[in-house]
This record gives sequence, structure tokens and C-alpha cells, in this order.
Amino acid sequence: MTYTIEGATGPWEVVIGLEVHAQVISNAKLFSGAATTFGAAPNRQVSFVDAAFPGMLPVINRECVAQAVRTGLGLNAGINLVSRFDRKNYFYADLPAGYQISQYQHPIVGTGTIAIELADGSTRDIGITRLHLEQDAGKSLHDQHPTKSYIDLNRAGVALMEIVSEPDLRSPEEAGAYLRKLRTILRYLGTCDGNMDEGSMRADVNVSVRRAGEGFRTRCEVKNVNSIRFVIQAVEAEARRQIEVWESGGTVEQETRLYDPARGETRSMRSKEEAHDYRYFPDPDLLPLVLDEAWVAALRRDLPELPDAKRARFMRDFGLPAYDAGVLVAEQATADYYEHVARGRDARLAANWVIGDLFAALNRTGRSIATSPVSAAALGGLLDLMADGTINGRIAKDVFEAMVDTGADAATIVEQRGLRQVTDGGAIEAAVAGVLANNADKVAEYKAGKDKLFGFFVGQVMKAMAGKGNPALVNATLRRRLDGG
Amino acid sequence: MSLDPATVRRIARLARIRLDEAEVPQLAQELNGILGWIEQLNEVDVAGVAPLTGGAQMALKMRADIVTDGDMHEAVLANAPERAGDYFVVPKVVE
Repeated sequence: MTYTIEGATGPWEVVIGLEVHAQVISNAKLFSGAATTFGAAPNRQVSFVDAAFPGMLPVINRECVAQAVRTGLGLNAGINLVSRFDRKNYFYADLPAGYQISQYQHPIVGTGTIAIELADGSTRDIGITRLHLEQDAGKSLHDQHPTKSYIDLNRAGVALMEIVSEPDLRSPEEAGAYLRKLRTILRYLGTCDGNMDEGSMRADVNVSVRRAGEGFRTRCEVKNVNSIRFVIQAVEAEARRQIEVWESGGTVEQETRLYDPARGETRSMRSKEEAHDYRYFPDPDLLPLVLDEAWVAALRRDLPELPDAKRARFMRDFGLPAYDAGVLVAEQATADYYEHVARGRDARLAANWVIGDLFAALNRTGRSIATSPVSAAALGGLLDLMADGTINGRIAKDVFEAMVDTGADAATIVEQRGLRQVTDGGAIEAAVAGVLANNADKVAEYKAGKDKLFGFFVGQVMKAMAGKGNPALVNATLRRRLDGG
Repeated sequence: MSLDPATVRRIARLARIRLDEAEVPQLAQELNGILGWIEQLNEVDVAGVAPLTGGAQMALKMRADIVTDGDMHEAVLANAPERAGDYFVVPKVVE
């Protein structure tokens, strides 16, 4: 079903395309030997190339090129063996050269696709128009002084991949799903860390609206949105604004806008009106970038298993439902953890424990899977104790909580706290007899046809046995005493 | 092709060159002369000829991903018109 926004004069469709700037993971910058690490003291990671001192020449970093190629391959895209760098000219204090080295007419990566997963479990292919390499700009601090801006060039010259989608997205949720999926792919590939709060992934959002069946109307670009939540909000706010403009008889002008999360609205960046004339021309300092087909093939061979393939494998080999498999592959660390637990064990039970109990514990303790208080091996050990009948499923929950709190392994906790399952028929028999004797009225009701009371008896027996009774034996004993001859 | 005064003013603004109004007609004439000269190149038939991107018939040289530069903020900041701590300082530019 098509997502629409109801205007005063009827429903409107929303058309969205995203330009994502993804900072490349590399040691050194795209065209200089300065470091790229986040959070260094100001202007420490700046070479004369980055600061655009006269006469300095750029030399391209092979690893940055490899990262762009890997990303292109991960997006099922064509790799252009010949690409070229251009100068994009504009003036801003954090761009010392007065131009950004970018790729305009001949990007390194051509068209590709990303399969996004929607809430109803279906998937949809979103087209990728291109991916190109370019330099990041420095950082401006505007809040340090009433009339001055402070400039830190540490980020200037770090490699960025600009990944441009086709205008294939049709709702704010699809835009969010696209960004999440792209981030997952980049993280699997190890080409961008995807940390939007550190600015290593930023999105420009192109939005237009139209009536069903129409071609595209004029779009506006909402610049530099820095979280998935804000992208979703910005799409909706901008679409509503455009609907109001059209419905009041006006015309949407193509322009650059900013999203203001505090007010939940977009506003025009008037200063950008002239800036759109970037006067691109080929950078005379840089020869064409020519890639060797064998080198690209080697990069392709070394790609890791990507999320779509892993999800399909989890469904096939572990018998997981699509939803569970999707949750488990969203982060590579989670997928690795799960595989470790599932190997050689009941894979669906393992999935339930990871998605249910483990995720809840991580949430509660504010930890990530990498710093989980319960290792994959330890959770596996707990599952083994359930599988061999040492503990029952009810006690396993308590043991797990104790593992989270103490970091001890399951077997140690079971021994120390005496949590072994009781399978001794005599002990169970005695507990059942006690419960039935103390609840003669309920026994009479049960025998008169109130079947639902069976659960009550099970609960009472388990309570009498401190939860350690073997559930199957408890059930069987109760059945025999209540129903049987 | 002929440049009108408005286009000349726009080009100057994009390049951050301040023009006196009196200079505009003269510059328009000079620029038109240059454009006219370049337009002569359109007479050459280049069908089937790949664009020439440089004088050297070689591909871009690449370097290894090793940190070899930086850590010299004093040198980088030495020519700053104004600095505060280890930052460059410029007139406020903000959206």
C-alpha cells in the first residue's frame, strides 16, 4: 500500500532520494599522509596539503580507493575502471583550497541496489545512482566567540564516499530502513563505522510530493541531517510544508533547506542560493584513476559475507524465521555471537535466548554485544545444562540473571546455589502429595470439571520445590494423581 | 556566445572578485574576446577522439595507507591571520 499524507485537497505521495556522506575508514587521508582519528586536539592532523599551502600536490591513498571499490561491490554496483577527479569550487572557511576535490562526471562506482526490509517483513530494492570519492571539509565551531568562528582542519581531506540513491523511497519509514541497511552494509564491509553522532555518516535528503500517477514535481534538499530519527522527521516536515505550498496555489522552489529538530520544521538556507554554481572542472593536479581488473577481482574475492547472504543462510541452516534472522544479522557482532551459541545446539532456542534474554540484559546494563557480561561460550554452556536436563527452563532464567550479575559461568552458579533439577521420583511424589492435601477444595473443583486448575497445581508444586522440579515429571505425576486411576 | 553585464557581475561574485560598476563593460568585452577565441576550437572535428586529461599518458600514482604527515600545528597555524589556542579564527560564518 502506498504511503500518503492527507492534505486539505486529498492524498499526496512522497518521493525521497538520499545522498549519504560516509567517512572512509583509513589510517591516512585521501590525498595526504595526515592521520584520520576522531577527537584529536585541534589542527594536529593537518598536512600542508590539507591546509592548501601553495604548491602542495595531492597523492591518492590506495586504501581509500579500495574501500570505495569494496563498498561499490557490496552495493551490487558496477565499478568504473577509469574515473576522474574534479574540483568543486566554493568559498567557506573550513575549505582552505577554495575547492573540494570530488568526482563529478566520472565517479568510481556506477549504479547498484540495496534491498531494504520493511516492517511487514517484505523487502524492496532501492536503486543506487552512483558512489564517488571526495574530500571532507574541516570543522567550524560557531559557539566559542560572539563574532568569530573557530576552524579545526583535522577532518579536512579525510576521504568521504558520497552514496546517492535513486528517488525510489516512498515514505519516511523507507528512508529510515534504507539508512539502517546502508549502515549495516558499510559496517560489515569495514569501510565506514556509520557513527552518525560522530558525523562519520551524514545524510542530505531530497524530498518532493505528488498526486498519485503524476511525474516528479520540484524537490528540495534538506542538508546535513545527522540521525536516522531526524531524517524520518525531516522528510515528514518537509513533505507537509510542500503540500501546504501547492494546496495554497503556490509553487515549490528548488532550494536547499535545513531541518531544525527543536521546532520540527525545515527552513531555507538562503546563503546557498548562489553557491549551487560550483564551476566543476577536471583537477589538473590529478591524472585519471585507472584500476586494474585483477585488483578489483581480488577485492571482490576478499569481501566478507554480507547481511543479505547471512540472513538467507541463517534462515536456511538454522531454520530461523525471516524476522529473527534479520534482527540477528543487523550487527555483525550479534551475528557472530549468535552463530557461536547456535553451533551444535538447538538453533531456534539459541535465537530466542539471544534476541530475548540477552538483548534485554544488554539494554538493562547499558552494554553492547561486544562488552556483554555473558559471553557466547557462557550462554552456550547454559543452554547445554538445559539440554542435558541438569536444570529446567524456569531455573535457567534465574541462572542467566545471576550470570549477568556476577559474570560467573552457568555450571558454577548451578552448583553453588544448588539449582540442579530434581528428577527424583520420590521427591516429586512427596511434593505433589503435599500440595494436593493442602488444596483439597481445589482438587474437588478440578475433579468437577474445572480443567484450568491444572496449571495452578503445577505452579504450587514448582513453588514447593523452589522451581527445581523437572517439569515433565511434575506434570506426569500430577496427571496420574488427578486424572489417572 | 556573448556575456551580458549581469553574467559578468555573477562570475565575479562567485570568484569573490570585487568589481567597480565602471569595470564591467570593459571586462565583458575582454571575456567575450577570450570566449570567441575558444569557440574557434569548435571548428575542429573531434568525433571519436577521447578527451585528453593531461599531457602525460600515465595513470594516477597511489601511495600506501600510512600516516607520514601532520602533527605540526605550529607550522600550519603560522600564517593564520588570527588564532585562538590551536584554532584558526575567522569572522563568524554561520547559517
